[in-house]
Amino acid sequence: MSDTNPSPMNDAILQVDHLSMKFGGLVAIGDLSFQAKRGEITALIGPNGAGKTTVFNCITGFYKPSEGMLTLNRRDGSSYLLERLPNHEIPARAKVARTFQNIRLFSGMTLLENLLVAQHNKLMKASGYTVLGLFGFSGYRKASAESVELARHWLEKADLVDRADDPAGDLPYGAQRRLEIARAMCTGPELLCLDEPAAGLNPKESMALNALLMDIKDNTGTSILLIEHDMAVVMQISDHVVVLEYGRKISDGSPHSVRTDPRVIAAYLGVEDEEVETVLTEVGDEDVIEQLDTGPDSAHGPGTSSSYLAGPVTDTIGHSEGERVTVSKGASKAGQFDAKSSAAASKAAAQAAAPPAKAEPAAAKPTAKPSTAKAPAKSKVAGVSNRLTAPRGGEADNLTRIKGIGTVNEKKLNQHGIFHFDQIAAWKKADVAAVEAYLAFDGRIAREDWVGQAKLLAAGKETEFSRRVDAGKVETSHASGKTAKTVAGKTAAAPAGKRGGRK
Amino acid sequence: MAVTVSPERGVVATPVQRATREALYAGAIALGLFVLFIGLRTDQNISNELILVQRWGLLAAVVIATMLGRFLYVAYGQPFLANQKIADIATGLLPESVATRFFRLPYFIAAVVVVAVLALLAGSLDGLLGPGLAGYARFARALAIIYALASVLFYFRTFILAHFSALGITALALYPIIVVAVLAGYAGSMAGGFQGSLKWVDNFGIQILIYVMLAWGLNIVVGLAGLLDLGYVAFYAVGAYAYALLGTHFGLSFWILLPAAGAMAAFWGVLLGFPVLRLRGDYLAIVTLAFGEIIRLVLINWREVTNGSAGISGIPKVTFFGLMTFNVSDPNYIAKVLDIATSSAYYKIFLYYLILGLCLLTAFVTIRLRRMPVGRAWEALREDEIACRSLGINTTTTKLTAFATGAMFGGFAGSFFAARQGFVSPESFIFLESAIILAMVVLGGMGSLVGIAVAAMVMIGGTEVLRELDFLKQVFGPDFTPELYRMLLFGMAMVIVMLWKPRGFVGSREPTAFLKKSKAVSGSFTKEGHG
Amino acid sequence: MQYFVQQLINGLTLGSIYGLIAIGYTMVYGIIGMINFAHGDIFMVGAFTALIVFLILGALFYSLPVVIALLIMMIVAMLLTSLYNWTIEKVAYRPLRGSFRLAPLITAIGMSIALSNFVQVTQGPRNKPIPPMVSTVYNIEGISVSLKQIIIVIVTALLLALFWYLVNKTSLGRAQRACEQDRKMAALLGIDVDRTISITFVMGAALAAVAGTLFLMYYGVIAFSDGFTPGVKAFTAAVLGGIGSLPGAVLGGLMIGFIESMWSAYFSIDYKDVAAFSILAIVLIFLPSGILGRPEVEKV
Repeated sequence: MSDTNPSPMNDAILQVDHLSMKFGGLVAIGDLSFQAKRGEITALIGPNGAGKTTVFNCITGFYKPSEGMLTLNRRDGSSYLLERLPNHEIPARAKVARTFQNIRLFSGMTLLENLLVAQHNKLMKASGYTVLGLFGFSGYRKASAESVELARHWLEKADLVDRADDPAGDLPYGAQRRLEIARAMCTGPELLCLDEPAAGLNPKESMALNALLMDIKDNTGTSILLIEHDMAVVMQISDHVVVLEYGRKISDGSPHSVRTDPRVIAAYLGVEDEEVETVLTEVGDEDVIEQLDTGPDSAHGPGTSSSYLAGPVTDTIGHSEGERVTVSKGASKAGQFDAKSSAAASKAAAQAAAPPAKAEPAAAKPTAKPSTAKAPAKSKVAGVSNRLTAPRGGEADNLTRIKGIGTVNEKKLNQHGIFHFDQIAAWKKADVAAVEAYLAFDGRIAREDWVGQAKLLAAGKETEFSRRVDAGKVETSHASGKTAKTVAGKTAAAPAGKRGGRK
Repeated sequence: MAVTVSPERGVVATPVQRATREALYAGAIALGLFVLFIGLRTDQNISNELILVQRWGLLAAVVIATMLGRFLYVAYGQPFLANQKIADIATGLLPESVATRFFRLPYFIAAVVVVAVLALLAGSLDGLLGPGLAGYARFARALAIIYALASVLFYFRTFILAHFSALGITALALYPIIVVAVLAGYAGSMAGGFQGSLKWVDNFGIQILIYVMLAWGLNIVVGLAGLLDLGYVAFYAVGAYAYALLGTHFGLSFWILLPAAGAMAAFWGVLLGFPVLRLRGDYLAIVTLAFGEIIRLVLINWREVTNGSAGISGIPKVTFFGLMTFNVSDPNYIAKVLDIATSSAYYKIFLYYLILGLCLLTAFVTIRLRRMPVGRAWEALREDEIACRSLGINTTTTKLTAFATGAMFGGFAGSFFAARQGFVSPESFIFLESAIILAMVVLGGMGSLVGIAVAAMVMIGGTEVLRELDFLKQVFGPDFTPELYRMLLFGMAMVIVMLWKPRGFVGSREPTAFLKKSKAVSGSFTKEGHG
Repeated sequence: MQYFVQQLINGLTLGSIYGLIAIGYTMVYGIIGMINFAHGDIFMVGAFTALIVFLILGALFYSLPVVIALLIMMIVAMLLTSLYNWTIEKVAYRPLRGSFRLAPLITAIGMSIALSNFVQVTQGPRNKPIPPMVSTVYNIEGISVSLKQIIIVIVTALLLALFWYLVNKTSLGRAQRACEQDRKMAALLGIDVDRTISITFVMGAALAAVAGTLFLMYYGVIAFSDGFTPGVKAFTAAVLGGIGSLPGAVLGGLMIGFIESMWSAYFSIDYKDVAAFSILAIVLIFLPSGILGRPEVEKV
């Protein structure tokens, strides 16, 4: 995207590029890219466990990201790579301040002391690293008085000045939240990261918080990045919203455009599997999918947000950097949404005994769309050497007989020209790597020995798993399975969900 | 000591019934605990073989005493304590507290009379009552004096509490003078006064103040920064050996070596702190403990330098700022210069004021540092390390400065200790010392200088007083040595005080800055750190 | 090589004793997160109880098979030492539960001082030697293995197996593990938390008593102050293995035992404790949660 819509680098205060964070085998954030603009309030939303706080922890240095680049551009033109700075230097040098989801105040210290601690680095310098201050030099006394004034300023802003000499632990919850923000502001930040500032607040406190945040934005020029569940707050104050689910970005744009994005709705409101299925089966086949797919576009419209492709055909998974994000489909609700559309489509196709030539594009459409818009994704899978344009003899093998390939993955493989066991059996290392990269299945193909299974199956033999599939014990989309009618998303969710689902 | 009675039974039973049951229960446990240890005693016979001596009478006495104590506590003590918290329905007033009932004017007058009468008869007590009863009479006199003094303190308690620091410092400054004056009056001569003051100034004054200084030094690490250090005595040892070695081998003056010892201890603090400060909680505790033990073991085993367990003796005395000395043989011996009678008390009194000065320096620096960014960062570190890092505080250097500052005061105290004793050996730097210093910090109330000083006085003063309780021989017979029970009682007192005041004597915290009015922060808000 | 194997056996013996004591530390730490400083003295009380029982047996019976005598000593020591630890928990630790973290640490130190001085007052300050109970030594290809050592290793192995079964396979062990994870939740689910904690102290003390009995049998002497050094070593072992982890405690105990015997054999006996403590410090610098400890996740 950056090439089609070039924006000056310093317009974005924070640029997140290809951020990944893995905990052991668990992918908390997978290849996330977005940017926060200077002087704006950017909201990071998503269901529980979507990895929002992890993103914060990466930005503020509490975690070192596994991959990716976090660039912070300061007002004075200097930029910092946050992933390379030690934890405590991020607030000190890059001027990023944060608050915490579970409030972390110095509860045994007074409000004023809390705000003075926040001005530590400035005061340390003024006190000549303690030495001069110990002997009472006037420079330190002056700096000390100034810091008290700054603290008073923020206490007034947060409407807490009356309680300045009370211990922070004695404050009610809402006031503690405001104090934490005031404390972060005392570090003089350029980017303020707020982790669920409205959590647990009553409506009145929530209003006060909104006012405080707007005040910060308007009067200090501090950019704000916030995580929030309270949609009222998000919609009211944020200029830009990034939606995460299972560590991947599923939407990015203005509050309005995001709100109407069906994938966000599915992910955020949690559309029940049955509901989707009912709707899809009731209405029919491609039309629905077509409709659903273009739905977001008609809502956003071209140009509503800089981060959207200006074309009529786009995919919600795609985003500004022209990078394809590989959602582990089965795991996410939004993914299930995609999966369901494709499953329903394929079912319709299968029922109509349509020629494969027709079935393929229909099935491919929902998820294969990106291939038209997103060159990198295409080239990745193009790495697989033995692609076919259509199944031989017009009929594809039932790839779900391979343990580890669910319906969704089968569909994906089909879209990229993999239809037969012998194709998989012939995969080499590079092919496996390419497919894994596409399916976001690190090491899984090797672990489950798809190639080996495929070799057996191609030779007409059976594996323990394929027998179960044939016996109908395992759900598949193919007619050979008794339960072929069940929504594919469910079956696919099982294997993939285990690794992608992080709660 | 919690009473654990199942609720359904506790409701119906009267206190006496319940107390009887509890007493039987306690008796059974006491019997189990003590049957082998008190009922039997292992002794060596002439051929050096172990034999058992039976002491069933003593066992019975201890078990019965336990039962009785438990009975009285459950039957009368607990209802009484519970009643203290219930206001009278008719008047709405709380009942008189134990203290107001205990300290009453008639009792006070009676105590003063007892003291006066017994003091007048002091010389002729033995003749009048015989040696046995005279011992009891002296015991009664001591109790009456303590009661009268306590009454005075109780009467003026609000004033004392309001001006505690000022009064405390004044009292400490006047202490040797008062001791000398009182004893001189008692003995009838100035020389007698000086001679008699030795014990009071040295054993009580200097000894307690060394611990006060150590506890204040450790307070920076544990109380302010929240880092649990179980090896603090190592820095004390570094300071002591630094002075002992440099003083004996190179003849350097105390006044040069005092800062040097402090610097050396601080250096060791950084050296230890650097690798281990990323450890948290109890891992840090055990590594500091290990460090303390390593230092002690090296002192024992590195015989070429430290002379092993035998220690270093002949450590030079402190001079009066280089102007006068305290060695009788020197030409500028203080008594010769000032032309007064020779006495070893001058040195002790000088040392007393020296350690008092060092203590006040420690207090001054601590108070000053608390109001500076570094001190606030220490406390913030204790409260929440993660929040500190989110505010741009370099937690590693902050911890290191706390460690180094604490260690420096330990080093000062160590070099003073070496100068005062004239002899150091690894025996003085065992883990127990670290534990006692830590106990002072916790019992006093973490971070509170006054509380810690009081805790040090109570703990060290209390054990020293036990040495003085000769009259107990009158009660328990001439074989009874109260000193033997000193550490047993010390350990039990530590437990009891901690149960009584889990947050220490002073649980609240003084803020380091205020906008309108400084209000003490209740102990329930402060945290104790995780490091 | 023979010399090395010899030292290995010595280290195994020593490590077994440390391991048994370390389990008490690690269990208590696991369940209530406190360092039970009095545990070393509990070990000493166990050894002293065994000593007194030994003397009683000597006075009552003219001759008694060593195995039976040892068994009686062990059982009585386990019972009485458990009573001590149970009482201490009830009196000094339970009222402070949920309070300030350092408060129970200080009462534990107080209890440690009180216990060792109690034994000093009641039993006298001198070393208490006993005649050797077991003196058989086997000589296998130049390596001498004493029966004492074999007994220690076998008893330790048996106890550890029993203990492993208790913790992993019984409802008591399940309750213990539940309390370890979340005491409040365990209480809500109907686990008697106080009882579970008491039992943990009892189990720790029983193992320490066995260690004490074995120590007495091996060295043939005990004094009131003998609790401190093995206590600190065992605590070191518990931390080295990763405090809170039972296999870690045993592993740490064995490591400390090996380090000590190897260091004394090849370098200098004077500095064996320095070596043990230094290795602790070095291991913790690289593995901040010990060898088998769960790495502490910094929850932001």
